[in-house]
Amino acid sequence: MRKLRHWGPGLLLLSPSLILLAIFVYGLIAWTTKVSVSDEHNALGSKGFVGLENYTKLFTEDINDRFTHSLKNLALFTIVFLVGAMFFGLLWAFILERGVKAEGFFRTVYLFPMAVSFVASGVVWRWLMNPNKGENAGGLNAVLGGLGLDFAQSTWWTNPNWGMASMAIPAIWQLAGYVMALFLAGFRGIPAELREAAAMDGASTYRLYRNVIFPQLTPVALSALIILGHMSMKMFDLIMSVSGPQWLTEVPAIYVWQTLLTSDYAKAAAISIILLLLVAVVIVPYLIYTNRQEKNA
Amino acid sequence: MTTVATPPAAVETLAPKRKPRQKTGPGSIFKYLLALIFLIIVLMPMYVLIVTSFKSGADIGVTSQWNLPETWTLASWEKAWNVLRPSFIRTFELAVPVAIISSLIGAANGFVLSRWRFPGADVVFTLILFGMFIPYQAVMIPLREIVTTLGIPPGITTLVFVHCVYGIPICTLIFRNYYATTVPEELIEAARVDGAGLLRTFGRIILPISIPGFVVTIIWQFTSAWNDYLFAIFLSNTRNGPITIALNALAGAQSPDYAASMAGALITSLPTLLVYVLLGRWFIGGLMAGSVKS
Repeated sequence: MRKLRHWGPGLLLLSPSLILLAIFVYGLIAWTTKVSVSDEHNALGSKGFVGLENYTKLFTEDINDRFTHSLKNLALFTIVFLVGAMFFGLLWAFILERGVKAEGFFRTVYLFPMAVSFVASGVVWRWLMNPNKGENAGGLNAVLGGLGLDFAQSTWWTNPNWGMASMAIPAIWQLAGYVMALFLAGFRGIPAELREAAAMDGASTYRLYRNVIFPQLTPVALSALIILGHMSMKMFDLIMSVSGPQWLTEVPAIYVWQTLLTSDYAKAAAISIILLLLVAVVIVPYLIYTNRQEKNA
Repeated sequence: MTTVATPPAAVETLAPKRKPRQKTGPGSIFKYLLALIFLIIVLMPMYVLIVTSFKSGADIGVTSQWNLPETWTLASWEKAWNVLRPSFIRTFELAVPVAIISSLIGAANGFVLSRWRFPGADVVFTLILFGMFIPYQAVMIPLREIVTTLGIPPGITTLVFVHCVYGIPICTLIFRNYYATTVPEELIEAARVDGAGLLRTFGRIILPISIPGFVVTIIWQFTSAWNDYLFAIFLSNTRNGPITIALNALAGAQSPDYAASMAGALITSLPTLLVYVLLGRWFIGGLMAGSVKS
């Protein structure tokens, strides 16, 4: 009874959210899972349980290996996006960390793309990544031509092999600033005593960064990777806006949408659950890890 | 009491602690050169958006993308505005309630989770947080079915509800971190000794000092509701949906009017950009809070 009076009011305040999340996150995931093991392949509904058939079919019987193709696209996109955003984010943070006049201005400009929606930025990136070359070049190709880098002109996302790497360019543009903000906060969070101690020991600037500062940034880098990684796996808006739904740039998130348009609920559910598992593999260990860290602190 | 009302740690995390050393030399010039080159690269898409939106007719072409307009005209802005206006207003009706409701829920949850360490609180918190990372496709099929079965009309009301529910994790996280770092235990303890219950402590003592937390969650939720496309495409359409749907319809047509699309993209981005420029500091604070660790 005393326990109830102690925890009761808090739980009461928390319970509406817990119930909503239990239903709309975990309940609906369970529901989707149920659909994914059924044979609900059209609007007529389900006739029964088919086990993991929908999942195995995605890997074995999908026409033109469409699902595997979408996974490959996602992998290529994710690698380029993560490497690019982390590289530029860290570089920008490093430049600002070294001390630049009007830092606030640079920071604001580097970060502003984050406030723009993928749908809106897709409008301009679709045009900037125009595949015309040479005389007819526009957008990025025109810039490359103007710089005398004609050989670097590209067909961008319309390239059947490496197109998804180009699709990562707008995503990098949009989120490198965010990574910069995370790293900059990391740099600024390092106690001044650490730097001073290193200076007293006669450490060179290179050694200071290599042995003192960068190791301190590992947790920030991990957070950034996790956040970008899970965003990347869910990438939908940007691709829908730049290329629209089409084979060349299809990723699982878009495949779900396309499959739903044909009312194949079971298949769409199976793809969504695989997508969820991909994200969970990354997120769950991270959440457990941060939880432990906090406890130890 | 007033000493407690410090802004969240995140707000000032980006300000340099020490005065930047101003050295002049080849290294310094190189640094500024790099910073400037990146500045130009980041602004390039913005330049194309702006100049194209003022072009008309033959002026608009792939090869003349980088040129300034031959004649400046507002025609495309007018056209885009006429197409987008209804959804522009609807998106305010979406984003404003979402921002306010989610923030209130987040404040209550964050307060409870930061103070009342009931058994299993960590597990509960982790389960809440997971909801923030899920690909929403994994809930979309049943969500749509519920909406159709219950006869709930697609559109803004449905979207407000959905954004509020799926905004619970991030808002709870932001407030939990805020309360854990800024509200001293003694303050709560004093209230408890005075006989104030949890609800009264929250309402009388905590809410008034929560404004910095609210600024963060309001900006965060406003921006994500405003920029959302995924929920919008599943649960609404061009007639009753938010502006991202309308913009995509305007810009995604078979032979899109580039000038109007670009003007439309700018109109769509204006509110969030304005929020960002005016309240940028806190916006950054929100981004920090998004990194799970306090």
